[in-house]
Amino acid sequence: MARNLPGRFVLVAVLLAGFAILGAGAFLALSLHDTPRGAAGTLLGSAIGGPFRLVDQDGKTVTDADLRGKWSLIYFGYTHCPDACPTALNDIAIALDELGPKRSAVRPVFITVDPERDTPEVLKAYVTAFDAPILALTGTPEEVAQAAKGYRVYYAKHPEAGGDYSMDHSSVIYVMDPEGRFTASFTHQSSPEEIAERLKKLLA
Amino acid sequence: MSIKFLAFAASLVFASAALAQTNQLQVNNAWARATPAKAENGVAYVTIQSPTADRLLSAASPVAKKAELHMMEMAGMVMKMRPLASLDIPAGQPVTLKPNGEHIMLMGLNGPLREGQSFPLTLTFEKAGTRTVTVAVEKPGAAGPAPQR
Repeated sequence: MARNLPGRFVLVAVLLAGFAILGAGAFLALSLHDTPRGAAGTLLGSAIGGPFRLVDQDGKTVTDADLRGKWSLIYFGYTHCPDACPTALNDIAIALDELGPKRSAVRPVFITVDPERDTPEVLKAYVTAFDAPILALTGTPEEVAQAAKGYRVYYAKHPEAGGDYSMDHSSVIYVMDPEGRFTASFTHQSSPEEIAERLKKLLA
Repeated sequence: MSIKFLAFAASLVFASAALAQTNQLQVNNAWARATPAKAENGVAYVTIQSPTADRLLSAASPVAKKAELHMMEMAGMVMKMRPLASLDIPAGQPVTLKPNGEHIMLMGLNGPLREGQSFPLTLTFEKAGTRTVTVAVEKPGAAGPAPQR
């Protein structure tokens, strides 16, 4: 009996941990429930976002305050990635096309996690290749780190043979409302149709 | 041996050669994404089908200094790009490289890939040897190859 005690303790601990995870999941699910306002104003809403100071593709300073007044679709990525990042930006461009006249109410924002290689000049050449007016942002490594921290975005350099590197990074498209509040998010698996559908509801 | 018989025998040889051709590993639907003016890296995708199990070992193209097999992996919400040593091609099952999965990274482009252009890509397989295909360049964010032109 006494020998079973540690085992039972572990079982209880595992169950408790399971409940905690389920609870967190339920909380997230509720927060992200499809309300007209999305997660804006909820606890989760205020946990994502925050102040940043970066420069755009023309070398102009852009802060979080400059994003107010329009909806923003924010994606962190890097231009040396020809596979996933263009896919996300293209999905955004297609989704925006489906918004019709409301398209101008949404501003796509691409924030690099690779400031070392992504200078304003590189960003400019990159985003002009897409069929959407994308605001592309970079900065010093510290400035980019601060922006990423606010959006809970993880990124790390992954060295490859020959001195090259790729970037591991959180792949999330954040929807921020015109007051700069986190409202909804999409993953790289969200289709342009899903993104458009959700945006239409939010903009209604 | 009559001339007729020789002709018949020859036609059999040609016919079996033609049959063997379609029974070999094939690479189709090769496409790439156009790249911005200063991009250093590009990406190409193909569909590979082989009647017998094979393995894609390497890729090369004159448009880039090197071409590598890459795979996108997800660890939770974190996206990672990792080189692949090789890619298994199961017998009779087409393997389609596509965005957000396996792809051929063209590293150190000699110049931008422009929509509408095409370029050669050589793939080396463990058993089938090499195949050179013509890659069609699509839009920068294209999700797949354009319908047959």
